[in-house]
Amino acid sequence: MAIVTKTGYEPMTSIAAITAGLDTVGYISISQISTAVFLAHGLRKPILIEGPAGVGKTDLAASLSKWLNLPLIRLQCYEGLDEGKALYEWKYGKQLLYTQILKEKLNELLGGAETLKDSLSKLSGFEDLFFSPQFLEARPLLHAMQQDRGSVLLIDEIDKSDEAFEAFLLEVLSDYQVTVPEIGTIKANVPPLVILTSNNVRELGDALKRRCLHLHIGFPDHEREQRIVRARVDGISDTLLNQLVSFVQSVREIDIKKRPSIAETVDWARTLLLLHASILDEAFVRDTLNVLLKHESDIAAVSPAIGKMVREATGPDARGRLASGYPDMG
Amino acid sequence: MEKQISNFIRALRSADVRVSTGEALDAARTVAMIGYDDRLLMKDSLACVLAKSESEKLIHDRLFELYFSAAPAGSAAPDASAGNDDGASDEDPKDAAERLSQLTQPGNEQALATAIERAAEAAGLNDIRFSTQVAYFAQSMIRAMGGEQLQARLLEALQGRTPDADAVAQRLIDVRRALTMAARERAERAFQIFGAAETEKFRDEVAATKRLSAIEASDMARMKQLVMKVAKRLAVKHSRRRKRTQRGLLDVRRTMRANAGVDGVPFNVIWRQKKKDRPKILVICDVSGSVALYVRFLLLLLYSMKEAIPDLNAFAFSYRLKAVDDILETMEFDAAIKKILREIGLGSTSYGQAFSDFKMEHEHKIDRRTTIIILGDGRSNYGDPRIDLFRDFASRAKRVIWLNPEGRSLWGTGDSVIPRYEPFCAQMGHVATLKDLEKAIDEVLTAYS
Repeated sequence: MAIVTKTGYEPMTSIAAITAGLDTVGYISISQISTAVFLAHGLRKPILIEGPAGVGKTDLAASLSKWLNLPLIRLQCYEGLDEGKALYEWKYGKQLLYTQILKEKLNELLGGAETLKDSLSKLSGFEDLFFSPQFLEARPLLHAMQQDRGSVLLIDEIDKSDEAFEAFLLEVLSDYQVTVPEIGTIKANVPPLVILTSNNVRELGDALKRRCLHLHIGFPDHEREQRIVRARVDGISDTLLNQLVSFVQSVREIDIKKRPSIAETVDWARTLLLLHASILDEAFVRDTLNVLLKHESDIAAVSPAIGKMVREATGPDARGRLASGYPDMG
Repeated sequence: MEKQISNFIRALRSADVRVSTGEALDAARTVAMIGYDDRLLMKDSLACVLAKSESEKLIHDRLFELYFSAAPAGSAAPDASAGNDDGASDEDPKDAAERLSQLTQPGNEQALATAIERAAEAAGLNDIRFSTQVAYFAQSMIRAMGGEQLQARLLEALQGRTPDADAVAQRLIDVRRALTMAARERAERAFQIFGAAETEKFRDEVAATKRLSAIEASDMARMKQLVMKVAKRLAVKHSRRRKRTQRGLLDVRRTMRANAGVDGVPFNVIWRQKKKDRPKILVICDVSGSVALYVRFLLLLLYSMKEAIPDLNAFAFSYRLKAVDDILETMEFDAAIKKILREIGLGSTSYGQAFSDFKMEHEHKIDRRTTIIILGDGRSNYGDPRIDLFRDFASRAKRVIWLNPEGRSLWGTGDSVIPRYEPFCAQMGHVATLKDLEKAIDEVLTAYS
């Protein structure tokens, strides 16, 4: 009797289920993100995620794998990445070692052969011993195809790879199969859930874009950012949380080189918590601004307005927002 | 619904969002998967499948709102009141007029919307391309709804000359006006969906082939956007990878290193790679008089594609030559150009003086991968053109390209010394429109690949 192997994707029954599921592992999703994941699963297409650094592109893949309890297989792209490092490689060392060890055995087996032609035909009577799956070193892409329950394959920063690599990904991403000339085509029983991320270092090719669903993750709004920080930072008070998120949101409106993203907000919240800040205060902000802003010129641009922004973030308006968001706080 | 989706995709395509057949199929599968009860969900899903960049997503969202607001829920299952207009032409004028006036009664909005949708389909409204066609399509729609019978009935009533007939005529006139308004509104929306992008494209096309010196202030914003588009196109084309495998030449060192783990047996053979030069561009602009109008576009274009040309230096002169990178990089573009023209654009043009200034201060910036672009008309007020210096620059640089806003027939007339510079230029071209400019810069960058 055939055993039906369960795939690990079963919890993804609906968009709401995905949002709720991601929530359990601390990833605060929005409808666009959950929709994209749902469609990716339904249409069996990869998702290409674009957006500024630190808004949770990579984290989505990690959270999905955690929630679905599937292996996360990560391929970090860089200039010069090639098939040998992404797909598979022959274990040359092992092949050599085995030929050395088996030398005598081979001599023995071929001993009976008189001529060169004889030994050659005898040799070809054996299978391609040294080009068999046991000498195949699976790299991330092949590894992801071989998972029985499925997997989450994260191809990180695809824009950093060369164009040739992009073209080579096409076979993998559209058919979920890999061709090894010596063995044949290896097809995934359960296709991986593929997530590609891009920071837009260069424009990606049309062919790749066409094969993917497109998802843009931008900076979160006030409410979602609060929820994310709350999920990531233990023991932060509601007052501080509300004030610091208001402050970060207003920093994003200033024209600076690198606008702070969620990762920076979380770091900053942790910093403030370490310093035992209970409310946002101008001196604290000035001292810790380098956690939020990574360029000297950005800090210089924001500095003059800090006083005003802190007042706004802690002012009556902000409190009003807090009260409406959390009615039980009064 | 499938028809709705395929029409929607057509609208997207006309707005420059490239949607392949595969994606169209995906869109259909998506809708089958998620259903179309939840409008927001459908919008998110289709955006995910059809739009491939942020700007495409914006276009998608705008069109989605326009397009799917045009299709009321009832249109999928037309009700009986609108079901009998297939034989509209044979219909008795009296019945038709009665039916139409029924539609315009308050409370019948749903039926009217349905009838309008059907008429829109009958009139082929989705083919609308220009705003001038709105009236024509509105007329066709009214005819499809039985407008002629209404007209006949109206004429009949007008000839009646009784108070009763007058009242009927007045009522029918109102009905006709209401129908016309509804049809026009629908046609207007269809134009927004299917035609507006087309018109924009047409205008862009016109602007790109217009003489740059004749661009009016009102078109400046459009031109700026167009220049950005051109810059993006060129940047994408030329920021391709800078390596090229040259098969046939073995890279011994790298091969040995790569195979050190297998006792130096060359399993992995590595071939030599030829590195492409990164473009380095020196642009020298004559900012006097008539040429000044062109400088703006050239500099805007070059500075918009910084990612493809990391090494870019700009100089401006009329009498004395000055580097202007600082101004361009620190100030907002329009303000920077204004400042350059104000500070440098005065004085009588002297190419000789400019070249000797360049030699004194900036000659070291020329190396064998530099392309020098000169924008100017070569009218040097009968001064010494310093051909000797120019020849020297040309021999040290990779290429010299001269862009001349003057037509070829004027070269060499009056104080123009263009023909004397020409032998040292890899190219000397007449640049009058944005298209010319794009072509020239494309050629400059192609020389590096």
